[in-house]
Amino acid sequence: MRIFKLMFKNALRHKLRTSLTILGIAIAVMAFGFLRTVVTAWYAGVEASAANRLVTRNAVSFIFPLPLAYRDKIARIPGVETVSYMNWFQGVYIDKNQFFARFAADVQTALEVYPEFIVPPDQLEAFTKERNACMVGADLAKQYNFKIGDVIPIEGDIYPGKWDFVVRAIYQPRDEKVDGTQMWFHWAYLDERMRQDMPGRAGEVGWYIIRISNPNDGARISEEVDQLFKNSRAETKTESERAFQEGFVQGTNLIIVLLNFMSFVIIGIIMLVLGNTMIMSARERTKEYAVLKTIGFSGSHLTKLIAGESMIISILGGALGLLLTYPIVGMFSLFVPKSWFPIFYIEPITIVLAGTSALVVGVIAALFPIQRAVRTSIVDGLRFVG
Amino acid sequence: MANSIIQVENVSKAYRRDTFDIPVLNNISLSVSEGDFLGLMGPSGSGKTTLLNLVAGIDRPSKGRVVVGGTDIGTLSETALAKWRATHVGFIFQFYNLIPVLTAYENVELPLLLTSLSKAERKKHVEFALQVVGLADRMYHYPKQLSGGQEQRVAIARAIATDPTLLVADEPTGDLDKQSAEEILTLLERLNKEFKKTIVMVTHDPRAAEKAHTVRHLDKGELK
Repeated sequence: MRIFKLMFKNALRHKLRTSLTILGIAIAVMAFGFLRTVVTAWYAGVEASAANRLVTRNAVSFIFPLPLAYRDKIARIPGVETVSYMNWFQGVYIDKNQFFARFAADVQTALEVYPEFIVPPDQLEAFTKERNACMVGADLAKQYNFKIGDVIPIEGDIYPGKWDFVVRAIYQPRDEKVDGTQMWFHWAYLDERMRQDMPGRAGEVGWYIIRISNPNDGARISEEVDQLFKNSRAETKTESERAFQEGFVQGTNLIIVLLNFMSFVIIGIIMLVLGNTMIMSARERTKEYAVLKTIGFSGSHLTKLIAGESMIISILGGALGLLLTYPIVGMFSLFVPKSWFPIFYIEPITIVLAGTSALVVGVIAALFPIQRAVRTSIVDGLRFVG
Repeated sequence: MANSIIQVENVSKAYRRDTFDIPVLNNISLSVSEGDFLGLMGPSGSGKTTLLNLVAGIDRPSKGRVVVGGTDIGTLSETALAKWRATHVGFIFQFYNLIPVLTAYENVELPLLLTSLSKAERKKHVEFALQVVGLADRMYHYPKQLSGGQEQRVAIARAIATDPTLLVADEPTGDLDKQSAEEILTLLERLNKEFKKTIVMVTHDPRAAEKAHTVRHLDKGELK
């Protein structure tokens, strides 16, 4: 027998209590992992931002357009590699609940600016050649069972009318951090329809995406772009892609703060659950600890015994919790439309945080029982009646 | 005293309860020779267990010195004292105090975990100790599967597993029926005679005291 066998035997002495504690820790770790995953998903757009991309939008508001004529002027600024542009199309597919991001994009330049959208060359060629063609993400295609050649009918709202888009390409996100639920079609097609139906809205761009050669030049280029259009009818605001994306989640910051707060409250709950179990166990064993001391166990031996027992429970609970997190996140993904949380996966850092939290809790929960066991004199311990 | 293993010199002990000092032992001096079997008797509250605890190094005197085997145990740090107890003293409790989740074998092995013995050597020690107390056939039984007398014999095996020079026993027969008590006393007698263990035993039982070579009486913290 070794000391750790005694730790195991002690940990399993009250099977029901230990099982409930392990279950409590597991549920807490799972809830922590799930909440962190939601927070991560919320910030996915921000995290997916590239340092070499800037976004130029109307200085008044994102909803106001910019003239297409700005493109060439921006492209002439030193350090600018590619200028692309997009419009938020929105519209309704089937009904308003079937939400996914729909953009009118200058496809050729957009794919240069967003290399994380990977399109098979033959599909890209077909997409490029057809004016009302569209490209959908692989996740979106899976969700709606879209196949090449399918027609996606959309009822326009921002851009009124009936729009039929033919799926000619399905892009693969480069990795799990890239949104696979977008739909792109040709900005030229949108502009063509606007020229016919609403000429006043022709030649309008939602925002520009600028790829720059050196991320360190971002501030300088942003400044130069905005200076170019100062005092024009549509002044611009240029910022890093990250800042642009953050602007979208800023309105929900309080929710995120609360979710973050909740995830750390959960850590506190785990600590209380395990701490309570350890305190009860150590109290019940006051006499046993005194006996162990009598036969020669020192304070450090008792520290190892109690900390080890606490760690065994926290590790088992933490491991079970992490195992549960995957199916729970998987089930959430199944029931919540992919387009609500396009990027929803458990980040490695979430696993590390949850696992580390369980371990730290294991150590902290043992502190008070250790202090009690070590400080109680043998004589008092032997007299203890629990 | 050339062959004295325990020397208690002018020892007093008082416990502090709230703001009061409660004197338990009052200027006690005692010497126990190597290989002796000392019985300590006296009414409840006379300080027998306190004196035993001081001799076993699980408590410290308020005044005076306790020297065991040439070591003034009052000068040792807590860690050194724990190590000293592991090597030199075997303690037998009234209520056995076995660890319920461990088998008889594992309970006896406990003090050996603190030594540098290999697993095979520990096995040899445990089997021998259990053989001495006559429980070699019950080594994989848990305490709840043993009778009171058997539990006490396992506790004695645990006390002798490290082959200490001194055995201290606090009312070792106090919780046993007459026959089991007799068996335990015979065993202690054998450990004293055959294995040359010095034994200090606290008891209320005059029959138990009969087994001791020397009997000292304590009353109100004073040795008679």
